[in-house]
Amino acid sequence: MQTPRATGGRAPDVFTPGGWVPMREYDESEEVDFVIVGTGAGGGTLACKLAEAGFSVVAMDAGPFWRPLEDFASDEAEQSKLFWTDDRLVDGENPLQLGSNNSGKSVGGSTVHFAMVSLRFRPEWFKSRSKLGYGFDWPLDWREMWSYYREVEEALAISGPVNYPWGPPRPRYPYRAHKLNAAALALAEGCEAMGIPWTETPIATLSAPRGRARPCVYRGFCVLGCSTNAKQSALVTWIPRAIAAGAEIRDLAMVGRVEVDGRDRATGVHYHRGGEWRFQRARNVVVAGYAIETPRLLLNSANSRFPEGLANRSGLVGKYLTVQSNQAVWGISGKEIRSYKSPPSLALTEHWNYQDEGKDFHGGYCYMSQGPEPQLWANTQLASRGLWGEALIAEMQNYNHQVGLKMVGEMLPQERNAVTLADETDQYGLPIPRVTYSWCDNDRAMIGHALDFMGQALRATDARDIWKQTDDTCHLNGGARMGDDPQTSVVDADCRSWDIPNLWICDGSVFPTVGGVNPSLTIQAMACRTGDRIAAMARRGEL
Amino acid sequence: MSDRYPGYDVMTKRNGPSWNDVTRRVIDNRLATPKGPRFFSAAEFETVRSIADRIVPQRRHDPIPVTDFVEARLLSGQGDGFRQAGVPQAGEAWRKALAALDAEAQAAHGMPFRQLSGPERDGILHRMQNGDLHHSSWGGIPPATLFTQLVARDIVFAYYSHPTAWSEIGWGGPASPRGYVRTGYDRRDPWEAAEVKDGDDAAAIRKNRRVR
Repeated sequence: MQTPRATGGRAPDVFTPGGWVPMREYDESEEVDFVIVGTGAGGGTLACKLAEAGFSVVAMDAGPFWRPLEDFASDEAEQSKLFWTDDRLVDGENPLQLGSNNSGKSVGGSTVHFAMVSLRFRPEWFKSRSKLGYGFDWPLDWREMWSYYREVEEALAISGPVNYPWGPPRPRYPYRAHKLNAAALALAEGCEAMGIPWTETPIATLSAPRGRARPCVYRGFCVLGCSTNAKQSALVTWIPRAIAAGAEIRDLAMVGRVEVDGRDRATGVHYHRGGEWRFQRARNVVVAGYAIETPRLLLNSANSRFPEGLANRSGLVGKYLTVQSNQAVWGISGKEIRSYKSPPSLALTEHWNYQDEGKDFHGGYCYMSQGPEPQLWANTQLASRGLWGEALIAEMQNYNHQVGLKMVGEMLPQERNAVTLADETDQYGLPIPRVTYSWCDNDRAMIGHALDFMGQALRATDARDIWKQTDDTCHLNGGARMGDDPQTSVVDADCRSWDIPNLWICDGSVFPTVGGVNPSLTIQAMACRTGDRIAAMARRGEL
Repeated sequence: MSDRYPGYDVMTKRNGPSWNDVTRRVIDNRLATPKGPRFFSAAEFETVRSIADRIVPQRRHDPIPVTDFVEARLLSGQGDGFRQAGVPQAGEAWRKALAALDAEAQAAHGMPFRQLSGPERDGILHRMQNGDLHHSSWGGIPPATLFTQLVARDIVFAYYSHPTAWSEIGWGGPASPRGYVRTGYDRRDPWEAAEVKDGDDAAAIRKNRRVR
């Protein structure tokens, strides 16, 4: 899609093919309270919270404003239109694979194609340096975050178990858990054989009707966009709420530069929309472009007063990029699994997030059931197992019997893992990002432990021909971390940059550490907290 | 190889409740992909075909037009979202890889890659996959990276974007808005592929003919 849809006082109605909802619009010369760059788990959530608190908000996204019911095909190749596929360079000892599984370019951001796994951090992770002896402490208290987790779980009507096996007691999830598919049954079997707990995954897809959204039909294309609106992405939750509360969403609007005046105050953003560069004035700028585009924008906004990039007096913008290990074990079951049906990860275990004994590494991991679609699965056989030719065609015949377990593991933050600017430029004329990544010994030790344990668990089912996928990573965090000290962090606990008081960063890039769970729930909880904090500061005249 | 899902054709569901309008449009467009060469030269096009024949071998009367699909992706200009530092963008990288494969074929066998026998092509492709090719025409780009992240990847993606490949592996295919109901062990909805059990092809064919 090349032409913006959210114009002329209306925005697409995500619940109606061809439908529209009224949308307030702001003049570019009007100094809005907040311009937000990015509308995913961070920016979309914050746009809603700020608009509902009465602020004037313009939220921009580089991607299109989809109506899932009419725009989303059941097709892997077509749905790559949801991914951020602009040019990016990767290097380091373990170059990342970007695009499909970790970068979105849509109103709603990566939540439009996320796997919906909605887990809370283990409480100790917010103080992992003090309590567990590795990584860095967050400037946030877990008890406060747990109240915001609850707010997000209710906002997304998370389906989940009545009793969650790990951590401090939590209320039951708003919607009942989904029935387990065969891939999830295999996970449960393996856990029971290994003597560890498992649970139905708390997941952001509806198990019962909700408003104008229908329950999940188990079509299984979740990571390629939900065409029935069961998925509770930012696109169908926070964004409609934001618009109803008076926020304006600008789709297909690529922000290239944040403008800062001589008094070190942000004054607005330069953005490309409808074939030309434009400028929106604002009293506050929030950068929420995720862990690559956020540092890239801050670095690309360098000026004479901030020659190393905005909010970068610590020198840490772009540093400590931290992904998660995403290795897997796979095998062939005698039973028909047909893991393409249902959301891919309907069961999981967080045992090794909460059990510290018997580990020769720091941090934790969870692992969950999987359901790759054919193109992804064939490419996994090629890229991770080296199969092609007759061997590939023959192995693909086992597609309906394949079963697997995949980890989401905590990699340790390292300064050398970084987003910097390359010499090449993109279609907007902006320097493209160079993403450098290398694993450390701790990362390798955890991966080894997980592959070994998951292999034993899978062997305890009827799976045979078990093999290890050793190369994958997922989720992007860090690059503009939060902290208590302006020397060693980019933003404070309220996501406010130390150097420019009306410049905020609200997405996964502020994570000092990543934990062993999918990050989206924590990003949204943090955005809810930031929204409340900003409203409180405004009431006290501290903005 | 015996057919595990005899009589199953995912396209029989095209007009049923498992396909929505946008999916029909997308698949119709793909099946109407123009014949090449459109992006590559005629010689390059034949080289791509001679690679694809080895990466995804086909023995069917109406083969999946893998090379046309690879070209369509390159013509669209859509990237994967990342490339290794030092590797050019997809179109240029493809051309470099084809030229380098020809140079390797000339050096080893005295003829262009596309004229080599199947086993000879396999030999060079295996060495490319393992990074064991060293002709100067690779220009410092690691052959293994070009194999796994570009050449073989694009070919595999192209092959498994075609309904014939979906039918071959017994995948349910497009599934919106109907989705699925039976999701446990050994459960099959009547609109899914039936596999041959206990050698009874006829039973599987009967079920697969009823898939709508």
